[in-house]
Amino acid sequence: MLPPGGSGAAPELMRSAIDLARSGLPSGTGQRTLWRTAPWIVIAAIFVSLLSLLPLAFIIWIAVQTGWETVSALVFRPRVGELLVNTGLLVLLAVPIAIVLSVALAWLTERSDLPGARLWSWLCVAPLAIPAFVHSYAWITMVPRLHGLWAGVLISVIAYFPFLYLTVSAALRRLDPALEDAGAALGLGPWRVFLRVVLPQLRLAICGGSLLVGLHLLAEYGLYVFIRFDTFTTAIVDQFQSTFNGPAANMLAGVLVSCCFVLLGIEVLVRGEERYARVGSGAARSQQRARLGRATIPGLLLLLATTLLALGVPFVTIGRWLVAGGMEVWRFDEIGLALGQTLFLALAGALLATVAAMPMAWISIRAPGPLQRLLESCNYIVGSLPGVVIALALVTITVRIALPLYQTLFTILVAYALMFLPRALVSLRASIAQAPVELERAASSLGRPPLNALWSTTIRLSAPGAAAGMALVALGIMNELTATQMLAPNGTRTLAMAFWSYSGEIDYASAAPYAFIMVAMSLPLTWLLYVQSKRMAGR
Amino acid sequence: MRYALSTLAGAAALAVNLIAGPAMAEDDGIIVYNAQHENLTKAWAEGFTKETGIKVTVRNGGDSDFSNQIVAEGSSSPADVFLTENSPAMVLVESAGLFAPVDADTLAQVPQDYQPASGKWVGIAARSTVFAYNKTKLNADQLPKSLLDLADPSWKGRWAASPSGADFQAIVSALLQLKGEAATADWLKAMKTNFTAYKGNSTVMKAVNAGEIEGGVIYHYYYFGDQAKTGENSKNVEMHYFKNQDPGAFVSISGGGVLASSKHPKEAQAFLKWVTGKGGQEILKTGDSFEYAVGKGAESNPKLVPLADLQAPKVDATTLNSKKVTDLMTAAGLL
Repeated sequence: MLPPGGSGAAPELMRSAIDLARSGLPSGTGQRTLWRTAPWIVIAAIFVSLLSLLPLAFIIWIAVQTGWETVSALVFRPRVGELLVNTGLLVLLAVPIAIVLSVALAWLTERSDLPGARLWSWLCVAPLAIPAFVHSYAWITMVPRLHGLWAGVLISVIAYFPFLYLTVSAALRRLDPALEDAGAALGLGPWRVFLRVVLPQLRLAICGGSLLVGLHLLAEYGLYVFIRFDTFTTAIVDQFQSTFNGPAANMLAGVLVSCCFVLLGIEVLVRGEERYARVGSGAARSQQRARLGRATIPGLLLLLATTLLALGVPFVTIGRWLVAGGMEVWRFDEIGLALGQTLFLALAGALLATVAAMPMAWISIRAPGPLQRLLESCNYIVGSLPGVVIALALVTITVRIALPLYQTLFTILVAYALMFLPRALVSLRASIAQAPVELERAASSLGRPPLNALWSTTIRLSAPGAAAGMALVALGIMNELTATQMLAPNGTRTLAMAFWSYSGEIDYASAAPYAFIMVAMSLPLTWLLYVQSKRMAGR
Repeated sequence: MRYALSTLAGAAALAVNLIAGPAMAEDDGIIVYNAQHENLTKAWAEGFTKETGIKVTVRNGGDSDFSNQIVAEGSSSPADVFLTENSPAMVLVESAGLFAPVDADTLAQVPQDYQPASGKWVGIAARSTVFAYNKTKLNADQLPKSLLDLADPSWKGRWAASPSGADFQAIVSALLQLKGEAATADWLKAMKTNFTAYKGNSTVMKAVNAGEIEGGVIYHYYYFGDQAKTGENSKNVEMHYFKNQDPGAFVSISGGGVLASSKHPKEAQAFLKWVTGKGGQEILKTGDSFEYAVGKGAESNPKLVPLADLQAPKVDATTLNSKKVTDLMTAAGLL
């Protein structure tokens, strides 16, 4: 399943957008002038941030209401310990393996003379188009006995390594070769240059990508159900299915949220404060690709093996089930309906997320400051929460307090917007940064009221970024399962829901068309993500 | 073309829903919270709509989440009808006072044994607990005599179940009623050490069939359903009925009820009447659900062991306690 929010364009890319913004910031645009010129934007940004804190506030509120005794009885029990061990081991094993794999693949495709490097680099990103639960479905039907921790590690790595690959390869592409030359001139061999010069420079990218992968592992549901591996997220869904919104589910959610915070904290600690930017005048020379020579074959084999596992297995399995099912499994009415509903939800959710991200993105470019940083971190924290937690909060809040909103399209769209806000934010911010503030001023001086001036200049110019952001959000929504199941209006059946229901009754053939359509629709969006990451890296 | 049309229709329907909001639902027929198998209720809904012209919107889910959901929704529940696979969910909603009395004509269609004395809900189908085992791994003389035997250390690592499902939780609720809280808690504790957890009864059967595990506690119809299709997931599977009034011979009643808060009580009652009547019960006999029919004079699929031969224990469906069961299972570390 796709990002609980983390987003395709990873933190590393986010940071580059911030740098871009800072350097282009005209002096004199401060928080105070901002408040005077565009109070509505500030209010809107604050509103969105407060809204995004709702799920967190809710968990705390439930904990307080439940009372310490019950909370501790529900949290400090062996089952939670088991889940903690499972979830912890999964992250500790899968993330380092994904790091090693991604760095190797990124180096091979970006810095070596491997034949077909461009094609391979696209093939390393393409697994993202396959929802994680479809990866798992493919594996379980191919190797039915697969289960437990190691199966979890294998499929998690396969399903999520492209997030790391994307950030690492983008960083590799931008490295200034002068540093490596200096290392070599000082007598370091190629391996040492890599370890002591290149690797440290990849630190930010690896940290950002690992965080993204880690958060996804915490949030993932479908993948682990197939292989019978219990994590916090699967246990929360179990509790939800047994008791709807009972305190046990909410307390597990509380522990899961703490795990997310631990990951965020670790990333901040490991990331460090070093500066990696090139200083001085002039531009970096373009990089030379290393000659692989005899290492070409093993290099190719690694890429081939990865591609076979990450793309071959799902495509072969889906194909096999489609053949086995024949025309019978193409129930066009049912599939068409699900496709229509999915597309509608994806588009509407993407639109809402983009509109909600707009004020925040604008402020972060035009008037960065303490307020903006605070507001923005709220959005990212919520983006890192698993969908199941956000859905659980919204179900309970709407049932108890805002009943007219219960089971409405509005609520599920809000959930999507909260989950995927960071994706929209990142893309928007990058393109607002490229829209010169002078245009806004010129429009103002020509007599347009502030919001109108904004609309006719910056907002229009940021359209490409908005579109890219919308595509990323839509990709996430299309493959979303847990929150959709919990929040969907009556009569809704998305592609993911239909897939899940068929595969739950082990009718794998009937599930195959849905898997196929999800993958087919995600591929172009993944391509977009790939192109965008190339462009961000300046190529 | 048809494909494109229904895609458009799907998008348009949701769009209308957005604009018109809940007001639209008024003319939208009845809303059924369905915890039964999707195909079965789909067949019921289609049959009913065909006969009466009343539209049925189905929201699919599980017994436990829906029953708790209805309680949380209280009097503003959007649901008109609630259908389950097992009785505990019905009891939960009934004890929250959220069911309207079922029409007398409907109650008259179902024998006393398959409805609570309160008349707040009615049995719509039934299913029997079985021990499904792999016949290449177990001989008939090695089978457990009672469900309780599975707590024995000799069964460690040899049997499976789907503890997060309402089906298994209903079996535990019968055990709770028959043997009391202390014995149930002990049994669950032993289960935690002995059993292997799967998600869903179909998955349990598939694992048994593949020889991953020797046996599993599930309901009877998974086997017949698979046999009727390709038999791919049940060819090595044999069914063991505990009989003897054992807790493991528990027959679970699937229930149907009309919500007191229903905005279309007449249509909702008509639907329940249809399901328990000739048309609905006939679908149980001829369809691919393989659940037992419970209507007066209705026959079940001839492939099944007759209900009367199952020697099920006497369990009072109206006092099955789902809350206590999930608490006990949570305490045993199964949830």
